Amino acid sequence: MEHIRLPKVENVRLLDKVSPGRSRVGILYLTATHSIFVESDTGLRSETWVLHSLVCSVEKQTTTSSGCPLLVRCKNFQVLLFSIPREPDCHDVYLSLQRLSHPDAKTTVLYCFSYKPNIVEEERRQDWAFMDLKANYSRMGLPNSLWKLSSINQHYKVSSSYPADLFVPESATPPVVVGSSKFRSRGRFPALSYYSKENHAAICRSSQPLSGFSARCMEDEQMLEAILRSNPRSDFMYVVDTRPKLNAIANRAAGKGYEIEDNYSNIKFQFMGIENIHVMRNSQQKVLELCELRSPSMSDFLEGLESSGWLKHIKAILDAGIFISKAIAEEGVSVLVHCSDGWDRTAQVCSVACVLLDQFYRTLKGLMVLIEKDWVSFGHKFSHRCDHLAGDPKEVSPIIDQFLECVWQLMEQFPCAFEFNERFLITIHSHIYSCQFGNFIGNSQRERRELRVGERTHSLWRYLWTNCADFINPLYRPDHSQTQGLLRPSTAPYCFKFWKGLYNRFDRGMHPRQSVEDYLRAIQEETQQLEEQLASHKQVQLLLVIILQIVSHEDKKLFSGSVRGFLIFINRRSASWRRNRVGVFPGRLPPLKRALMCGLWVATLLGSTLLRTTSEVSSAAAARAHPKLQTTARSSSLRTPNKQPTPSAPMAATRSPASQT
Amino acid sequence: MEFAELIKTPRVDGVVLHRPFMPTVEGTLCLTGHHLILSSRQDSAEELWLLHANIDSIEKRFVGSLGRIVVKCKDLRIIQLDIPGMEECLNIASSVEALSTLDSVSLMYPFFYRPMFEVIEDGWNSFLPQDAFKDLESITDEWRLSEVNKDFSVCSSYPPLVAVPKHIDDDTLKKVATFRHGGRFPVLSYYHKKNGMVMMRAGQPLTGTNGRRCKEDEKLINATLRAGKRGYIIDTRTINVAQQAKARGGGFESEGNYPQWRRIHKAIERSNILQESLIKLVEACNDQSHSMDRWLSKLEASNWQTHIKEILTTACLAAQCIDREGASVLVHGTEGTDSTLQVTSLAQIILDPTCRTIKGFQGLVEREWLQAGHPFQQRCAQSAYSNSKPRQEAPVFLHFLDCVWQTLRQFPCSFEFNEAFLVLLFEHAYASQFGTFLGNSAAERARLSLAEKTVSLWSWVNRPQELERLTNPLYEANSLVIWPSVAPQSLLLWEGVFLRWNRSSRCLDEAYDEMVHIIEYNKELQNKVNSLRRQLAQLETEDPLLHTP
Repeated sequence: MEHIRLPKVENVRLLDKVSPGRSRVGILYLTATHSIFVESDTGLRSETWVLHSLVCSVEKQTTTSSGCPLLVRCKNFQVLLFSIPREPDCHDVYLSLQRLSHPDAKTTVLYCFSYKPNIVEEERRQDWAFMDLKANYSRMGLPNSLWKLSSINQHYKVSSSYPADLFVPESATPPVVVGSSKFRSRGRFPALSYYSKENHAAICRSSQPLSGFSARCMEDEQMLEAILRSNPRSDFMYVVDTRPKLNAIANRAAGKGYEIEDNYSNIKFQFMGIENIHVMRNSQQKVLELCELRSPSMSDFLEGLESSGWLKHIKAILDAGIFISKAIAEEGVSVLVHCSDGWDRTAQVCSVACVLLDQFYRTLKGLMVLIEKDWVSFGHKFSHRCDHLAGDPKEVSPIIDQFLECVWQLMEQFPCAFEFNERFLITIHSHIYSCQFGNFIGNSQRERRELRVGERTHSLWRYLWTNCADFINPLYRPDHSQTQGLLRPSTAPYCFKFWKGLYNRFDRGMHPRQSVEDYLRAIQEETQQLEEQLASHKQVQLLLVIILQIVSHEDKKLFSGSVRGFLIFINRRSASWRRNRVGVFPGRLPPLKRALMCGLWVATLLGSTLLRTTSEVSSAAAARAHPKLQTTARSSSLRTPNKQPTPSAPMAATRSPASQT
Repeated sequence: MEFAELIKTPRVDGVVLHRPFMPTVEGTLCLTGHHLILSSRQDSAEELWLLHANIDSIEKRFVGSLGRIVVKCKDLRIIQLDIPGMEECLNIASSVEALSTLDSVSLMYPFFYRPMFEVIEDGWNSFLPQDAFKDLESITDEWRLSEVNKDFSVCSSYPPLVAVPKHIDDDTLKKVATFRHGGRFPVLSYYHKKNGMVMMRAGQPLTGTNGRRCKEDEKLINATLRAGKRGYIIDTRTINVAQQAKARGGGFESEGNYPQWRRIHKAIERSNILQESLIKLVEACNDQSHSMDRWLSKLEASNWQTHIKEILTTACLAAQCIDREGASVLVHGTEGTDSTLQVTSLAQIILDPTCRTIKGFQGLVEREWLQAGHPFQQRCAQSAYSNSKPRQEAPVFLHFLDCVWQTLRQFPCSFEFNEAFLVLLFEHAYASQFGTFLGNSAAERARLSLAEKTVSLWSWVNRPQELERLTNPLYEANSLVIWPSVAPQSLLLWEGVFLRWNRSSRCLDEAYDEMVHIIEYNKELQNKVNSLRRQLAQLETEDPLLHTP
């Protein structure tokens, strides 16, 4: 709270980048967690909320006659330009925001520790249990006779950035694992990332070996041997170093480096040429500068895109992922992947390979599991890379952004193969940076345990799962041929597109004004309602036919009253249900009620047979009700939402949500 | 027939055909007057029928006694034929070369093609100017149809009937024609029903270096202004280009003589630059180096997307003047047959929902391109692969289609037609069995008696089975003006044309089918529910049981 020097500034203008004429005037509030701009002009009181933890940078620009401009850039690529009338106010807001957005105190000041949604403690705890990596490994068929769960890192002693639970080859004894870990940067020994049940090939990951110019390590060599042997059908394995060869060679001078083929039995060594975090950071910076250009020409844009190198990097990552996925699925050969520390490029490449290999990782649940597995648990340094706290700016890098973008590029090539949509990726992206949930706090599982994230914060995965309806790709078909098995994307340069959905997310004018996806979703919802209606109509029809058949001709005169009465009842009820948008009788009723209804029906039938004496009374009543029956029928058919030729108004409205500018 | 002389070897056996993303086929190659045919002579295998007119260039190579012909088509497809025997290969190559570059229009395939389908509605009569004008007459009486050009003597590139302001007589028109490039005096292109504003198009005024003036021209275009209102003249050239045109007798409307008009210059390139752009773009798409930097720099250097942005921006400007500013607009470039038509037709796509229907779009192409005198024959004589020096070739129409596609991408529910329709028009503009895109003007088409001697593309398209294929399942009539975004991020490469033969479209096609399936299934259910409702209502009301007293 002490950081808020000025809680409220009036007459602030929020400037529109595209058309300055559309600027809005309002009040800027600074709260402990958000900056809130409340537009004062309109009756709508439109509000813009910006989470402090999403603020990437605050920049004070030269004061003009109209005010002091303050540029706020966010990690979700929103850029806000405020104009504050008085310079001292602007300065106060500037200082406050700088402190609020980059707290230099402890991690525990982050938003997730104060974020308290209306969820009871018991439920909150269960939400964390929703993500179960062990279940994922057993889905792969592990542990089995080839791979075992190792408890060697239970107390993070062997590798502080590794998870507690790891899978290693059955034949890898603890001394081998520990020995290997001593020969690897940060103790990150080769551990399993993905295992193919079909052909036993596995993706393992590690950090670089400390080979220098000549060092060898018996245990490390045994470790790789053990990995090779746990794929009985293969007589060699790939070791993929995702770095450019030059970088790897440079590391040898520092006593690190890469595997010498001769020292290891039956390995094929391969460089991938993915650049390091500094190159990636600068590259994205250039992309962001490009997005901030005011009405760039086509050449400006394409030249900028080329010189940023961004798509080249995305292609390199995807190419590496494809290499590994093909080694696993087509050759049945195991792969060990590493880079320098094995928590950036390695995470990218392993997870991209998983998406290509396994249909599961292309589902909503699967992608969450994948991020939890290869990123969160294997110690991708989220706090450093995402700049959660004021830290070393050289540690910041959009490594996870690149993974999400690779998935997006694949979705563009395989529109039916992914259960989730673009919005899902963007939402995950936002929350990785927002610090609203505890999942991406800290740099390793160990840090999160120490921070007691599981006890003090909420889990993003459960939140996403609860809202999964927003994230479903309407074109997804689990049984579709393009959904099955290994994805074989093209990596010809023209297959890569600029992801404006992410980078120009807040420039609404740039996006298609009508969304095919929303349209299809509305159609599918309608289809579901129709299916229910159809089922219920069929039931009613069937029952009517049965009743009319059961009742013998002779009896008809006597029973008709009851039947009619019942029909009137159905009609009235179904009409009122339809009015209240509950659905149509009886499809929407719970099964028990439905059963009761049917029972009632039969009882009515039987009852009417017995109560012959009252038949005259009831038929007289029915005769009075008869005209009413017809009106009800007619009016209900008028209300029919799907009456041809035009669909009803509310449906049409949802179908073209933003048909106009 | 002359063709026989050109065909030295009509038939070769054992030819192997390689096509992108399709299995190779071995079969017999046949040359006819208009087609290159390859048939495996097996029932299951598909045959290749390639119009000679579709062939842009051929290359021959020899590997031992095996000759290899690479055929590059105007629709950008590249196929390869392996022909056993050197002599056969040479003969085939030279015959194809000759047959694909026939100069005489009357030897073109449309004059020989006989439709294998029943013509429901003759496309030649579907879009007559008098019919289009009837619609306008019912709204306003400020315009009339003039027959001043009925024998094409006033303007050789105009149709016999043009809409002009009511109070301008034919003699005035004739005088104005002498003041405008190619005799293209200002005519009505579009009437905006919402506010009664109009868009006109013309050739450049022939002011020359000494600032020639034509009172009748001023009178004509001023007649379209409401009292006290100003209009906009959109010159599709930059001010420099327009200045230079003066030296060759052309020019632009000066402020002094046209005080009620504000002139805006844009920068749509001339045809030879556009052709070069197409060649570079296609070359970039076919580059096999797989280097991202190289692709992006080649894409940028082709300038194709820059042209798209410029054309769309100008069209938006014209539409904005009309719809937002409530002003009338006159559009011209130099001749008024290329960039002018791109702008006027795209502005109508933006403003007029009818132009976004299948029939409406055909009408637009007919009105603003064919009858307006876009020289299709000259512009589409060669495509991106031709080795001969371009003369008057330019992808002006393809640019227009690309811009429509961009708009369709941004408003996927507002167009009745789909991408396939646009691709179809591109293909037929360059090579076709139909006569629609033959000739350079209405006058030429009349001289060739195309309506009598050939079949119209529209006759074929406007049949239920074709329409079904070309209809956008997402379409819901949108009566509003649609403003496309022209930000570089919003403009994409038209993969459906430029990458069509470079990458497999299987997954994207499956996605399209899935989309159609979702919508079809919904419709099917609606029908079922409705029919069941009706049955129920009948059971409830008509059963004799319920009518017993």
